[in-house]
Amino acid sequence: MYSFEFARPGSIDEAVKALKAEEAQALGGGQTLIPTLKQRLAAPSVLVSLSGIAEMQGVCVSDDNALCVGGATPHAVVAKEAAKSFPALAGMASRIGDPAVRNRGTVGGSLANNDPSACYPAAALGTGATIKTNAREIAADDYFQGMFATALDEGEIITEVRFPIPEKANYQKFVQPASRFALVGVFVAKYASGVRVAVTGASEDGVFRWTEAEEALSKDFSAKAVEGLKVSADGMISDLHGPAAYRAHLVGVLTGRAVNAAA
Amino acid sequence: MSLSISLTVNGDRCDVDLDDPRVTLLDLLRERMALPGTKKGCDRGQCGACTVLVNGRRINSCLTLAVTLNGAEVTTIEGLAAGEDLHPVQTAFIEHDGFQCGYCTPGQIMSAVGLIAEGQAGDDAERIREGMSGNLCRCSAYHGITEAVQDAARRMASADERKSA
Ligand SMILES: Cc1cc2nc3c(=O)[nH]c(=O)nc-3n(C[C@H](O)[C@H](O)[C@H](O)COP(=O)(O)OP(=O)(O)OC[C@H]3O[C@@H](n4cnc5c(N)ncnc54)[C@H](O)[C@@H]3O)c2cc1C
Ligand code: FES
Ligand code: FES
Repeated sequence: MYSFEFARPGSIDEAVKALKAEEAQALGGGQTLIPTLKQRLAAPSVLVSLSGIAEMQGVCVSDDNALCVGGATPHAVVAKEAAKSFPALAGMASRIGDPAVRNRGTVGGSLANNDPSACYPAAALGTGATIKTNAREIAADDYFQGMFATALDEGEIITEVRFPIPEKANYQKFVQPASRFALVGVFVAKYASGVRVAVTGASEDGVFRWTEAEEALSKDFSAKAVEGLKVSADGMISDLHGPAAYRAHLVGVLTGRAVNAAA
Repeated sequence: MSLSISLTVNGDRCDVDLDDPRVTLLDLLRERMALPGTKKGCDRGQCGACTVLVNGRRINSCLTLAVTLNGAEVTTIEGLAAGEDLHPVQTAFIEHDGFQCGYCTPGQIMSAVGLIAEGQAGDDAERIREGMSGNLCRCSAYHGITEAVQDAARRMASADERKSA
């Protein structure tokens, strides 16, 4: 690691102030950033830990039936606290990485990082979540801007994420067994207004909505409705774990499984 | 900048002056507190050799900066046994051959203690394997590890029953 100074503010306001310093960077659970620092792929001047900010912790259900998750809430807490109110989201959180990672990694860190194979981006896009920052509210449809790219400005922090609770939903992940990230992951959510389908792990542009499947499922919410649909392998990730065509195929398979399992 | 923290390690209160915020909990334990039981495998969150409990929950100490732990309670493998009496999980690992070279073992045992405390796995082998999935074993002692965790979970549950009876 290159050397840095360290700050651990107790409030969002203080954190925002500390992040105004040149080359300052937020630290969530550190499950991605600490390895990055160790590899000297980042060189922040000040690391601003968000773990001491009480107002960014916890899970609740809002009056308009959204699950509100504080930006610094670890995955393990979401897995436990949302088990009744939003089981599909809790199930997704309970299968991120391994237990030690889930005890530290946070929703804000995952969404800010926007790894093309991460799970939370699929849940956020699949539910049409609202990403609340210290400065504004960003709709998930505007937030994800390609692999590791988001709408966040320099020094902007995710303070809360609101996931509208669907009638039915499910997340299916085909696990890359070594890293436990998604080789492909599909989040399906059914609302009165229609069905949303978000796919992670597959596209070189990061998480995306599979609109053909959304249209078909909005008319007929059954695995049969998506049986004949195919995703193009163009622009799909291809690596030693699976070529593009394999990933494209998995998108269809996992969407069907998610519909069957939706609860 | 003041980087003094105060934390509890295996029941002992420690005031630590960090000269550098880059120190991970793993390096603090091994190199500055003479507690080398916690092992460094990958140093990047992938193997679980460095697993310890912080406030009762398992974490990878290689991915945790010590400065973020002011006020925390840390338990390492050195803190499990009561004098000569091994912790039930330690005893079970010996009885079930839950290791060969032993390098991953402190992490495995701390992870097992955390898993049993979470109370989610019971003695279901598949759930134990899933709950222990963050701890890799190059010697592949997985069979013995799963048996050891099952056995320890059972023994600790019946000991709890006896206590509350
Ligand atoms: C072994 C392993 C397995 C994993 N498996 C999975 C998996 O299966 N699925 C999955 O989805 N993820 C997985 N992860 C990723 C992990 O779950 C975390 O979500 C991820 O590391 C980022 O969260 P963090 O809180 O650790 O962020 P950090 O590492 O602290 O930060 C990551 C980035 O986000 C920024 N940041 C952090 N918090 C905020 C905030 N509130 N607002 C704005 N910016 C912020 C930081 O500045 C940094 O750029 C895995 C990680 C490991 C180490
Ligand atoms: S040394 Fe920490 S997980 Fe490998
Ligand atoms: S006993 Fe050798 S690595 Fe597990």
